[in-house]
Amino acid sequence: MLLSVENLRVSYDKIKALHGISFQIDEGEIVCIIGANGAGKSTTLRAISRLVPVEAGTKMTYLGRDLLTYPADKVVSELGISHVPEGRRLFDNLTVMENLRLATFARRDRRAIAQDLDRVFSIFPRVKERLNQKAGTLSGGEQQMLAVGRAFMSGRKIMLLDEPSMGLAPLLMMSVFDSLKEINQEGTTILLVEQNARMALQFAGRGYVLENGRLVLEGGSEALLANPQVKRAYLGG
Amino acid sequence: MTFFFQNLVNALQWGSFYALVAVGYSMVYSILMLFNFAHGDIFMVGAYIGFGVSTALIALASSGAVVMPNWLILVLTILFSMFLTSFVGMIVERVGYRPLRDAPRASAAITGLMIGIILQTSTLALLGARRISFPSLIETTTYNVGGVFVTNKKIMIVLVSLLLALALHQFVRRTKWGMAMRAMAFDYATVPLMGVPLNTMVAVTFAIGSALAAAAGILFGVAYPVLDPYMGILIGWKAFVAAILGGRGSVMGATLAGFLLGFTEIFVVMIFPSTLRDLIAYSIILLILTFRPHGFFGEPYSARLRL
Repeated sequence: MLLSVENLRVSYDKIKALHGISFQIDEGEIVCIIGANGAGKSTTLRAISRLVPVEAGTKMTYLGRDLLTYPADKVVSELGISHVPEGRRLFDNLTVMENLRLATFARRDRRAIAQDLDRVFSIFPRVKERLNQKAGTLSGGEQQMLAVGRAFMSGRKIMLLDEPSMGLAPLLMMSVFDSLKEINQEGTTILLVEQNARMALQFAGRGYVLENGRLVLEGGSEALLANPQVKRAYLGG
Repeated sequence: MTFFFQNLVNALQWGSFYALVAVGYSMVYSILMLFNFAHGDIFMVGAYIGFGVSTALIALASSGAVVMPNWLILVLTILFSMFLTSFVGMIVERVGYRPLRDAPRASAAITGLMIGIILQTSTLALLGARRISFPSLIETTTYNVGGVFVTNKKIMIVLVSLLLALALHQFVRRTKWGMAMRAMAFDYATVPLMGVPLNTMVAVTFAIGSALAAAAGILFGVAYPVLDPYMGILIGWKAFVAAILGGRGSVMGATLAGFLLGFTEIFVVMIFPSTLRDLIAYSIILLILTFRPHGFFGEPYSARLRL
């Protein structure tokens, strides 16, 4: 088991966002969490990345190490858990190259950095064409590619992806997911949260359904796609 | 015409102090959305530390233990004091601002005012109310350039200020630390996801800003060798104006605006009685800000960033 989340509870002020959810991910897997807007999907990823405080009783371990003892930047730089945030959150005022370089801030392995950079360019050739442009001038699709590329550079044991399909035309979306599959096949474990349940379940090996801060269903992707409850609520009948 | 150039020279020196202090304001403001109102008082503390360091070095030199010419004492004073004052900045951040990182911005701004008062009054308590004169380390040499009088001190002050501002500009543009600072200016919350330790970045920024303020304090002491615990207040406020006028996070903007403030003040006095200096000068600045509320330059920022 690579990542284990047990009884994850998060509150914003007085409002409970997550009521103690538990799940595990094995090395090399692609796992998705589907759910409606506001179900707590982003909060789940943000808790793993240590961007939001968790409540007492929560246990999160990564390769047996207690995730809660790591601050947000060390989760990335020491554990290799990268995070493509909702809405991409690129640094629009930096160039494409600076966005990629910033992601290697804490890395010392120059040769590996150069190799990873080449890999990003071969997966996303369009990112390479835009290196000296400000990230804010990229199209939506290019921005998502850069966001994934940036996460790839920062650490890539696990990649947490928050709605990578958002705002992308279907063809572009497919191409981004194809690239993610490639990245996964090279050894990066992927945890994906999506509102686009069909896309997510076709991409992932198995999934969880999150409703109002609780995991209500889990199973293999095919089983979930066939599940009448999932069909009705998330797949449009 | 010589009258004009004479004032230009004076304005360049006067603007140097504003520029160096403004740069520190601007850096902290850009990465944390925080007005570090204690910054003017860090300038004051820097001047006092400079006084202490130079006094110690002079004593060391006159005891015959080491041979040091006066210019070397000045250089060492500037370097040591910048180093020491950077810790003052880091302590101020650690004790005063970090606990309030997620508090409303108004609370943090008020904290700055209080830290300022604490720095003033502890200097007062420590050293008493008497004014301290900064040791004269270099002899003033005056050059007459076509009727305009230029001193070696003025040249040094302007050159050192420009050099420091330029060095910081390059640092922000070219190094990974500078890159992280610009990223923080745009979207503070996403920066940890890049593996960048936020607290370290904040400490580094405070250290740099305080070091520059210390340099300004010592240069000020060289030009006007009387130190008092309240010397940082007015300069702090005016440098704050320059930081906003220059544009958020722009080193060159803050530097230019600092010089612009210096020019405006000096040239107002060329025409009007000096009692009207700040009244007229800052009415002009207010007018400029009305037309350019975001200042001259400045980093853009994400709509997500609270302001």
